[in-house]
Amino acid sequence: MADLVIRNLHANIADTDTEILKGIDLEMSRGEIHAIMGPNGSGKSTLSHVLMGHPGYEVTAGEVLFMGEDLLELEADERSRAGLFLSFQYPFAVPGVTVANFIRMAVNAHRKGGPEGEDDPIRIPEFRKQLQEAMELLEIDKSMSSRSLNEGFSGGEKKRFEILQMAMLKPSIAILDETDSGLDIDALRIVSGGINQLVGPDMGALIITHYQRILDHVKPDRIHVLMDGRIVRSGGPELAHELESSGYAGIAEEVSA
Amino acid sequence: MGSIETPDVDLGEYKWGFRDEENPVIKTAKGLDEEIIRQISAHKGEPQWMLDFRLESYEIFKSKPMPEWGADLSGIDFDDIFYYLKPAEANARSWDDVPETIKNTFERLGIPEAERKFLAGVGAQYESEVIYHSLKTELEDQGVLFLDTDQALLEHEDLFREYWATVIPPADNKFAALNSAVWSGGSFIYVPPGVRIEQPLQAYFRINAQNMGQFERTLIIVDEGAYVHYVEGCTAPTYSSDSLHSAVVEILVKKGGRCRYTTIQNWSSNVYNLVTKRAVAEEDATMEWVDGNLGSKITMKYPAVILKGERAHGEILSIAFAGEGQHQDAGGKITHVAPNTTSVITSKSISKDGGRSSYRGLLRVNKDAEHSKSKVVCDALIIDPESRTDTYPYINISADQVDIGHEATVSKLGEEQIYYLMSRGLSEAEASALIVAGFIEPITKELPLEYAVELNRLIQLQMEGSVG
Repeated sequence: MADLVIRNLHANIADTDTEILKGIDLEMSRGEIHAIMGPNGSGKSTLSHVLMGHPGYEVTAGEVLFMGEDLLELEADERSRAGLFLSFQYPFAVPGVTVANFIRMAVNAHRKGGPEGEDDPIRIPEFRKQLQEAMELLEIDKSMSSRSLNEGFSGGEKKRFEILQMAMLKPSIAILDETDSGLDIDALRIVSGGINQLVGPDMGALIITHYQRILDHVKPDRIHVLMDGRIVRSGGPELAHELESSGYAGIAEEVSA
Repeated sequence: MGSIETPDVDLGEYKWGFRDEENPVIKTAKGLDEEIIRQISAHKGEPQWMLDFRLESYEIFKSKPMPEWGADLSGIDFDDIFYYLKPAEANARSWDDVPETIKNTFERLGIPEAERKFLAGVGAQYESEVIYHSLKTELEDQGVLFLDTDQALLEHEDLFREYWATVIPPADNKFAALNSAVWSGGSFIYVPPGVRIEQPLQAYFRINAQNMGQFERTLIIVDEGAYVHYVEGCTAPTYSSDSLHSAVVEILVKKGGRCRYTTIQNWSSNVYNLVTKRAVAEEDATMEWVDGNLGSKITMKYPAVILKGERAHGEILSIAFAGEGQHQDAGGKITHVAPNTTSVITSKSISKDGGRSSYRGLLRVNKDAEHSKSKVVCDALIIDPESRTDTYPYINISADQVDIGHEATVSKLGEEQIYYLMSRGLSEAEASALIVAGFIEPITKELPLEYAVELNRLIQLQMEGSVG
């Protein structure tokens, strides 16, 4: 069985009848890169947050298996510790909490494995070394580690910080929600380089994007087109170029035809 | 910031609510009258002028109405309080001489351990009297005085009388008058010119008996160019009936001196905490209040600085944490008297489980205080919709050419912010505690590491109690 199996997933905005996801099916595993492309409002971000456990959505039907476990039974923190990661499109600022302290807490939460687990904190020199290496990989200035989480970060800094956390937490499957938006060409190259280096036998990536731009740098194995809460087409990398030439409108016509 | 570790203790319970069996040497009858005041004074063997001072103060206390502009004090019954309780015979200089039960209590509170590790001196008050006092010999040799206020009156009467009640006269307010009438215990500190005490001095205040009133009185004199950091902590057992803590703290900081006064107040939720604190800063002097209010039923406390000398600097950092059934009415007062004086008030309050926190601040710039600068920042964080926060900033400027800034924010602990942190593997309680710890970081970073860790730990406990 694949590491991530999504079957007939339906989700509403919590406490409403507004259905955003209308039956999603998708399978992927470590070592693979999948891209979900779709126009604005198609449910791309909702899918990523439903998978991560955002309290603002409610799953009404379907199932999600992650590493053989029922993902939907888990809280967001449990999903993270089980090996799922979401790079946020709009990360939140937490004043007074430094990047280094926070990442260390997150790493230690993973090592502990939950409130009932045994404390097994990473040794500080080892942590510093890992953090430094990851920051070098993403060409992040050292000074970021003592800044407050996302506070006063530029759009590009926020995205790099998300990928830095991914590098430190080493998830099995990482969902990258619009990671390319707000990045200039250089930043896009650096962030993509980081993703390429991290994806491998131990990690797969689900890239959520509106544009095919990032896919010039990170080569997907599969592309899925999401429209109105459903995956309307799946295919190989060539699908990105088709989209490029005919646009989402072209696909929509084809689907309805 | 100190890192947040997950504590291995019961969640959401007040940890210091245990009580000892009462075994007093002396305990006055319930309620207050002139006779009780005479008993207290006679027992302490005080000079006549102090008895007169007490009796005058008592008249003022009786004549003043209950303050009605702040928190609800209607639950206080002055006739239902014990005003004086002496728990042990002598004020010991060694923990070995402290009665076993009381010593064990302070052991549980971690005081002797802290003393060994990082303090220059310790005072421990239990009910009405200081039962233990110590000061490092090298500081004694430099002429530093750190003793309990009763002892200071008897041993250094001239110095004592020169400054006593000069910063906070009995008529200042009803509770200052009450304290002046029945005061007992507290710390007396004198730091001679040029002496800098690098490690903090700490006093710990413990109420044990039910319906007890604790009225310590602290007087600190920091002479020219000297420095001291004084830290106080407070706890009490949890009873169904209320206790009253009403202290007065007066501080004088002379030319070029600096005093920092840090409070971590963690009274049990049956204590009314009504404290008057004020400092006078002379030329080029610095006074800093770091005031943490976590416990009590009701706290009304507004540490004040009078910037009397040119270029004096005053700083007030206030944190209030109001949980279920608590009202923290805290803030600060700054009066700019001399020119070129500067001040900063930073207030951070957190309200949860229906608790209420208020910032009440007064900034006054007198006519002569030209070219003064002040900045007031008060931020409130509300954890749940049941809780409440209010801001009462009073600003009164009579001078020209001053630079005054005031900022206030109210934020709610956001579900999405918590979700973001949880998506990195932190539990909900860890996530909310981290947001709160970050919120108060501007203040915890000013605390000695040991206290910063303790404060974060206390707040994490409070947060764990509120989640799930």
